[in-house]
Amino acid sequence: MEHKSLPSISQPDKIGCSLPPLEVPPSKLPPKELLRQELGLPEVSEGELVRYFTSLSKFNYGVDTGFYPLGSCTMKYNPKWHEEVAKLPGFTSVHPYQPIDSVQGALRLMSELQELLTEITGMAATSLAPMAGSQGELANILMVKAYHQSRGDKIRQKILLPDSAHGTNPATSAMCGFKAVTIPSNDKGNLDIKSLKSMMNEEVAALALTIPTTLALFDPQIAEISQLVHERGGLLFGDGANLNSLLGRVKFGDLGFDCVQLNLHKTFSTPHGGGGPGSGPVCVKPILTDFLPSPSVTKNRGKYIFTSSTKTIGSLGAAYGNFGVMIKAYAYIRSLGAEGLKEVSENAVINANYLKEKLKAYYYLPYDRTCLHEVVFSGKRQKAKGIRTLDIAKRLLDYGFHPPTIYFPLVVEEAIMIEPTETESKETLDAFIDAMKKIAKEAEENPEILHTAPHNTPIRRLDEATAARKLDLRW
Amino acid sequence: MPSPYLPNTDADRSTMLSEIGVSSSDELFKDVPKEFRNAQFKLPPPLSELELKEELRQLSNLNANLDDYSCFLGAGFYRHFIPSVIGHITGRSEFYTAYTPYQAEASQGTLQTIYDYQSLICQLTRMEVSNAGMYDGSTAAAEAALMACRITRRDKVAVLSTVNPRYYQVIDTYARGHDIPLDKVEPDSVNLPPDYACLIVQQPNFFGYFEAIKSYVQKAHEVGTLLIVIVDPISLGIFKPPGDYGADIVVAEGQSLGNPISFGGPGLGIFTCRKEYLRQMPGRIVGKAVDVDGQTGYVLTLSTREQHIRREQATSNICTNEALVTLAVTVYLTTLGKNGLRRVAELCYHQAHYAADVIGKLKGYSLTFQQPFFKEFVVRCPVAPSQINQALFNENIIGGLEVSHLIDNGMLFCITEVNTKQEIDRLVKILEGLANGA
Repeated sequence: MEHKSLPSISQPDKIGCSLPPLEVPPSKLPPKELLRQELGLPEVSEGELVRYFTSLSKFNYGVDTGFYPLGSCTMKYNPKWHEEVAKLPGFTSVHPYQPIDSVQGALRLMSELQELLTEITGMAATSLAPMAGSQGELANILMVKAYHQSRGDKIRQKILLPDSAHGTNPATSAMCGFKAVTIPSNDKGNLDIKSLKSMMNEEVAALALTIPTTLALFDPQIAEISQLVHERGGLLFGDGANLNSLLGRVKFGDLGFDCVQLNLHKTFSTPHGGGGPGSGPVCVKPILTDFLPSPSVTKNRGKYIFTSSTKTIGSLGAAYGNFGVMIKAYAYIRSLGAEGLKEVSENAVINANYLKEKLKAYYYLPYDRTCLHEVVFSGKRQKAKGIRTLDIAKRLLDYGFHPPTIYFPLVVEEAIMIEPTETESKETLDAFIDAMKKIAKEAEENPEILHTAPHNTPIRRLDEATAARKLDLRW
Repeated sequence: MPSPYLPNTDADRSTMLSEIGVSSSDELFKDVPKEFRNAQFKLPPPLSELELKEELRQLSNLNANLDDYSCFLGAGFYRHFIPSVIGHITGRSEFYTAYTPYQAEASQGTLQTIYDYQSLICQLTRMEVSNAGMYDGSTAAAEAALMACRITRRDKVAVLSTVNPRYYQVIDTYARGHDIPLDKVEPDSVNLPPDYACLIVQQPNFFGYFEAIKSYVQKAHEVGTLLIVIVDPISLGIFKPPGDYGADIVVAEGQSLGNPISFGGPGLGIFTCRKEYLRQMPGRIVGKAVDVDGQTGYVLTLSTREQHIRREQATSNICTNEALVTLAVTVYLTTLGKNGLRRVAELCYHQAHYAADVIGKLKGYSLTFQQPFFKEFVVRCPVAPSQINQALFNENIIGGLEVSHLIDNGMLFCITEVNTKQEIDRLVKILEGLANGA
């Protein structure tokens, strides 16, 4: 069932809200050349527009709708009361440039969140300025660059990254003027140490590592990797996208990382918003604290103030980061405490390993070892029968589940990356396992039903290729 | 007590562990070397929902919230009227608990509203294409500068000195990645040598007044330089849209379109350009598509520009942006519509002019600039602006932004439709008293 369009419900002389009359004497309008001729916005009454957007919301699937095992995205449940506290007028109705004495509550929350994240990661300092994980990466790599430059070390032009890295890692490296160089993984899914040894030289600024890897495997060679990188003058940069598996157990700082970026909208339960707002704090070791993005919150004689590090890489936004998101992450950490965080990683890891064990007879498991918070299968068994991972994903929609992440990481052919998170029950996992088994059977017996899936969604499979060729980007 | 966010019971866990074939969950962490496996965490003890809600309520009360004050502060973040329908729509969890719409069939709500957003923004700016948004207005400006460098294959950027200084700083941060030099150019002496990728202009500018934009368009285009314009989207309710005067890339802060200020974040970076530059645009883009039954639907498109496909060749590293804010902007522009947005812009314009007129006539105060302006203006004060702001604060008024480092005793005032005449008159009276005391 195709949804009606916004222009189709617009009619002249309708409006969706009331506005006050002008109380002051009108002023002369500026010269005509400064004014606009027409304004092509829709005209819809309040009730009609509420129905339009409400019915569109029903064409959407969120964590509250059902199981959303989108790998690498940590789609955990978002506590409702966090939304309520984040909407307190003392948090929402506050201007970033109002007098510092009048925003001490906001600064205290930021200062405490900085400390909590510093402790959770085992680093020396945290900046909350980055507005998403990818901007956190940008901040980290800019800090890496500034660090080497400050030492007069200008020949380090490369960032090494494993072949399983997130696409943002090479993209960010390029944005910072570095050449991204890929290191292969070995047959166990770990970093190939021999390659690292041969590639790690004085031209390398940093090694970018996601831990656990995007295959959700913990690389047991981490200490050796850290040593190799550091003894040749490089830094170890951590992509913290998978922190959910290590919460309350392992500190990035202990592993040898010099900087990491977190995703508050993944690990710390703030809602994903349909694709943001996120928040991507960076946590660094002492050698990088002077380079942190500006500003940081510090306490001086009982008062919270904004300060800027001496060699800061600069500002990342017009204010101080996504404050509205920070409140929810703060509430999450304070409501769990150290033990609660440890239970999060425990349950996330049990759930993922349970899925792995229950499904590995049906889907090819490229790395058959204990995984952490997610599990990566390959659809290559099904591909041999002409079924693609995309077909499996679309068929899951018919069974009422949001599909996992597919075709990532790139090192796994026809990848199916399933991240259950700790907030899902065994009952839900069993239902999902059941659906995955049925799909595996359908792939054998009735492949057509997969090729033509989904069948039960309001809109069926869309022709993306034609959409990209014959672009229609607006009404 | 069990955690409300962990549905599995001890019995469930023990069944699952035995299915996995381990005797305890610790075994699942065996790949983590022993010395790293049991770190100690010094965190405050956990609190219940009841306790934490109260603590956070008290913490929020330490902030002076603008609902209890009269506020004349803008400078990039603005207090405008937010119709209640917006919160009710963005509060639908089908929207806010979803993620990036990779699976189109399960995400038509998000996708169609982004398509609506792109359309509304194009209508508002009269530009040809819009993306789904960047982090905020300043990063949109920075990414626009990088995009202009890619398009023109030049590596120098010019920023007009009347651009918001905070935007200048963010552009500078992003430019450092490629060691791109940033030049601040003065309005009177803009004489562009032919090696700039772009000229960045704010309209109306940081001080609130309108630039003679036509001359910049001409000067930039004569030497193959792109014109990037930072706009105030509310001003476009009555003022000429940048698509009508030849801008190449247009960016804006979208917070003012239906979102609270939230201490400066989340906001939204509006990003639009001319169609010919589409393939160099950063960020998500939604396009219309047809499904196997011939029905209209929407998909993420032109993904070959993006990091998850193109990796180091991508136009940006951005992935998660500000989708929920994009939704709020979509609902806002639909709610106000053609006549509502014009009305809001008119209210801002007339109220700001009324305020400027009376303040400018006060003894000791004068308006710094004579050019046409929208809702912000700079006043030269008889006493230090910090002193004025302190006195105003004591009267439950948040004054303007002190700009005395740029203009002697200068204060940048902002008046929107939420400032009543009564509030403005009260402000004027206090300012008058302060001048007399000087």
